[in-house]
Amino acid sequence: MLRRIASMPLVLLCVITITFFLIRLSPGGPFDSERKIPPAIEKQLLSKYKLDGPVLEQYRSYLGDLLHGDLRLSTKYRNRSVNEILAQTLPVTLTLGAIAFLLALSGGVWLGTFAAARPGTASEWISLSLTLLAISLPSFVLGPLLILIFSIKLAWLPVGGWGTPLQILLPALTLAIPCAAVIARLLHDSLRETLAEDFVRTARAKGLTESSIVLRHALRVAILPVISYLGPLAANLLTGSIVVETIFHVPGAGGFFVNSILNRDGFLLGGVVIVYCVLLMFFNLIVDIAYRLLDRRIQG
Amino acid sequence: MNFLFSRQALVSKLGLGLMIVLVIAGPLLMPRSYGLPGDLTSAPPSWIHLCGTDLNGRDMLFRILQGGRVSLLVGVCGAAISLVIGTTYGLIAGSAKAGIDHLMMRLVDILYSVPRLIFILILINAFNQHLQQFASLHGWDWLVSSSRIVILIFSLGLIEWLTMARIVRGQTLSIKERSYVAAAKVLGEGYWMILRRHIFPNLAGIVLVYLTLAIPSVIVDEAFLSFLGLGVQAPQSSWGSLLSEGAASINPLRNAWWMLLFPSLAMLSTLLALYSLGNSMRRSMQAK
Repeated sequence: MLRRIASMPLVLLCVITITFFLIRLSPGGPFDSERKIPPAIEKQLLSKYKLDGPVLEQYRSYLGDLLHGDLRLSTKYRNRSVNEILAQTLPVTLTLGAIAFLLALSGGVWLGTFAAARPGTASEWISLSLTLLAISLPSFVLGPLLILIFSIKLAWLPVGGWGTPLQILLPALTLAIPCAAVIARLLHDSLRETLAEDFVRTARAKGLTESSIVLRHALRVAILPVISYLGPLAANLLTGSIVVETIFHVPGAGGFFVNSILNRDGFLLGGVVIVYCVLLMFFNLIVDIAYRLLDRRIQG
Repeated sequence: MNFLFSRQALVSKLGLGLMIVLVIAGPLLMPRSYGLPGDLTSAPPSWIHLCGTDLNGRDMLFRILQGGRVSLLVGVCGAAISLVIGTTYGLIAGSAKAGIDHLMMRLVDILYSVPRLIFILILINAFNQHLQQFASLHGWDWLVSSSRIVILIFSLGLIEWLTMARIVRGQTLSIKERSYVAAAKVLGEGYWMILRRHIFPNLAGIVLVYLTLAIPSVIVDEAFLSFLGLGVQAPQSSWGSLLSEGAASINPLRNAWWMLLFPSLAMLSTLLALYSLGNSMRRSMQAK
């Protein structure tokens, strides 16, 4: 565990280094697309945005700034620092992600348990088919379709934007549904395996009710694969939020990420990637601790 | 249940076969003018244009089939690359010493929890122009026009190998312990001989299953990138870029739903067929 925590800064350093050099390798500077600027001004601009000097020197000074928590200036949104932009947009992304996370987890666990408790019935088959359908509907297919049905044909929900619960509903669902389906399938398979084990037979022999067997005894063990999927799930949600924010015009960090690539806005791009990775690493650490605690309780 | 699943596999295979034939033969059989801008713009579906036309008057069915070529090509080739990387990595980890194996699998864990697609995004946009310059220097015209597709194939193969590596490593570990491998060792068979005669044949089935499941993942990744405008770009199109055009053309004022619905259906049916084929294959493997 300690080794795991100790390795985190190393992973982060790799992430930063890869991102920095990938951006540096991209052809064209951030000021290329504009009208021809005089060399003197370009030089001034480059020095203002700390883009002058040899690459290795830049890398070292970038690392230094990062250590002080300074993500530098955006070259596109002049006069705004990456810190400011992220402070405004990240809470939106995180809210959306957290709601989607809870929806995916609760929906997935419910559906997976529901299906696994009814082996060989039509309910199980229908639930599993639904999850297969949902997995085949990635967010960029599901989102526009939901807009088409609920916002345009039925006009029940707003097309996009951010703020009211009604505006949050569709993006959160779009993000959550495919992930919920994965969780449901994972839990279904693991519950089926657990329900065939000896301690479940003992519980049955004791005369416990089926619901108490599934919910109190089997689910505790069967949930472990779901817990270890939570890390990749969070990564999927963050990646997915980029496209969902674009579809629903949510003012989160995802839109800035896409624009920063198109505008060659290196520090904004780097800032988003670094912050996303830090978030995911912390989340994974928490999941890891939770897994170990649960696992020990079950074993112990 | 089993009967249902095997029928499910059969239906998936038929559906996939039909999709492949349509995607390859469709654009050849349809009139060439369907792929070119025409006078009939944004027309709803009719008997002449089954899926309607787009903003420039191109036939949507033609574009979907042509986009399908790109999507399926990227999916199959990307998955094949991930297969090579994943199998090699898994084999090495599975047959290496415990310490090295642990380290290699730790790397896979880390990669699993990093937003890989985001790095690939940056990578693609960083290398595309380099590749184009390189290709035009050597006079490879085909590569200049489809450099993005080539980069997509390689970079998506580069991120989708993790599951394959895990599976292959697990399988290698368990085969290694079987008595026939021990017998082969006693008989003096070398490492490569054991690998070829005992481990490869036992891996083939499970690798095929996960190859089937890797194809839809790569297709989804490609569509994700193209949807954001960072993957396949005009004049070429894939299902992802068609979907993004479709999403842009539905609004309360002018609702060209056919531009969204038909690419969605193409994507949905392909993914559904691939996933359910992969799942039923995996199920029948486990049953054995």
